[in-house]
Amino acid sequence: MQRYSALSLLRHSLSSHRHWRPIWRRPEPRSSYDVIVIGGGGHGLATAYYLASQQGIRNVAVLEKGWLGGGNSGRNTQVTRSNYFYPASTRFFDHSLQLYERLSRELNFNVMLSQRGLVAIASNTHELELARRWANAIHLNGVDAEMLTPAEIQRLLPRINLNARAPVVGGFVQRRAGISRHDAVNWGFARAADAAGVDIIQGCEVRSFAKAGNRVVGVATNRGEIHAGKVAVVVAGHSSQMARLAGFRLPLTSMTLQAMVTEPIKPVLDTVLMSPTVHVYVSQSDRGELVIGGGADVYHSYMQRGSLATTEATITALLELFPSFSRLKLMRQWGGTVDISPDTSPIVGKTPLDNLYISCGWGTGGYKAIPAGGETLAHTIAHDRAHPLIVPFSLERFASGALVDEGAAAGVAH
Amino acid sequence: MEFQYGGEAHIARPTLDSDDSAWSQYLFFRDNTKGVHAERWCHARGCGQWFNALRNTTTHEFFAVYRATDPPPALGGPGAR
Repeated sequence: MQRYSALSLLRHSLSSHRHWRPIWRRPEPRSSYDVIVIGGGGHGLATAYYLASQQGIRNVAVLEKGWLGGGNSGRNTQVTRSNYFYPASTRFFDHSLQLYERLSRELNFNVMLSQRGLVAIASNTHELELARRWANAIHLNGVDAEMLTPAEIQRLLPRINLNARAPVVGGFVQRRAGISRHDAVNWGFARAADAAGVDIIQGCEVRSFAKAGNRVVGVATNRGEIHAGKVAVVVAGHSSQMARLAGFRLPLTSMTLQAMVTEPIKPVLDTVLMSPTVHVYVSQSDRGELVIGGGADVYHSYMQRGSLATTEATITALLELFPSFSRLKLMRQWGGTVDISPDTSPIVGKTPLDNLYISCGWGTGGYKAIPAGGETLAHTIAHDRAHPLIVPFSLERFASGALVDEGAAAGVAH
Repeated sequence: MEFQYGGEAHIARPTLDSDDSAWSQYLFFRDNTKGVHAERWCHARGCGQWFNALRNTTTHEFFAVYRATDPPPALGGPGAR
């Protein structure tokens, strides 16, 4: 791997930047691999990277039907946080945040992690009580969270309107939370995985699984048949379709989650602001755009567009909290297909088939989980046993009843 | 919003002597169809009636609207648009 550094940048400038190597190869698929990872988003690429770097398994292919990082990994609002409620969730997501804190160095690629803080606000006394309960739960799990008064929130967010229709009566901040750059995360993992020998095959769509009894022995794709020792399905919104091809069902609903950006402006927002009540969150990118998100469009959809009613509700909520933003032009709006599980917690680990593994159900919160999701899935594949951090997120819990109901707890509600 | 979504239609409740697996399938597991989907809607801000529809989940085109108690019509058949 051609290492990036200020020195290498200088050296290359001396030869007019003509000798930079492509960041990843575009290999033809081979006839077989030890592991096939279906899905070339952040989670799939991270899984391949950790298979190579931590599990010593390099004979790996990542099959992506579109272009790598073109799904939800390329469409999210980049929020990187670990303020969950249940111990199982907090352990997992804070491990992921800790991996993010080291990621640029590990991948030799700047993922632009900016731990600018995340402020979650409450709009009435009941929500303030819930916020205290939430902050306490975060503390008990050994993660950072501080309650804030309205005055303190005003100081952190000078442009906020405390007397909005849903007023700001308090909240809490996770200071280690913030944003990072989603494309950099995808490309950083892709580059490192490729350098370790992983074949990233783009434009390669899996059409069926070849099985021998209860084992998957390969896949048939639009670019030919490929044999595999083990297969992992890491395809987010299309998980149910992949499962159907393999012969089982999942407890998922695929919906559209919208995101939108304003025109770029000078710095006006130093932290990430989240309002669970009115369902909006906002941050400012390094390009100066306000990056805005809200709740999902609550109906089955694979259209990746979302309806105007949801866009309007999200923007209305934003403008109540930040009236001055009404002067801005909304530049772009888009959507992704999020796979939401009944308890809005992920589903990771083994499937009813012997050597088929799955990572799905990340819903609207998969981006922050990319490093830990990849690391734990790689471990699970290599050892054919769930990594301890993802044991609570097994598919079995829907029969046993051991749900991890973050939907009610952490305000991740749809 | 005027209409409230009710998820996949035609899911029969299992009998009381069913096992955890059957209950789990009923409560949680879904087809999550990409394509023509039979689903439930409620006219929440109107008459309050629950009804079914056939809708393509990729194009959002509605093909049929029918009573909650009826089986899904054949595409292009009576009740279909």
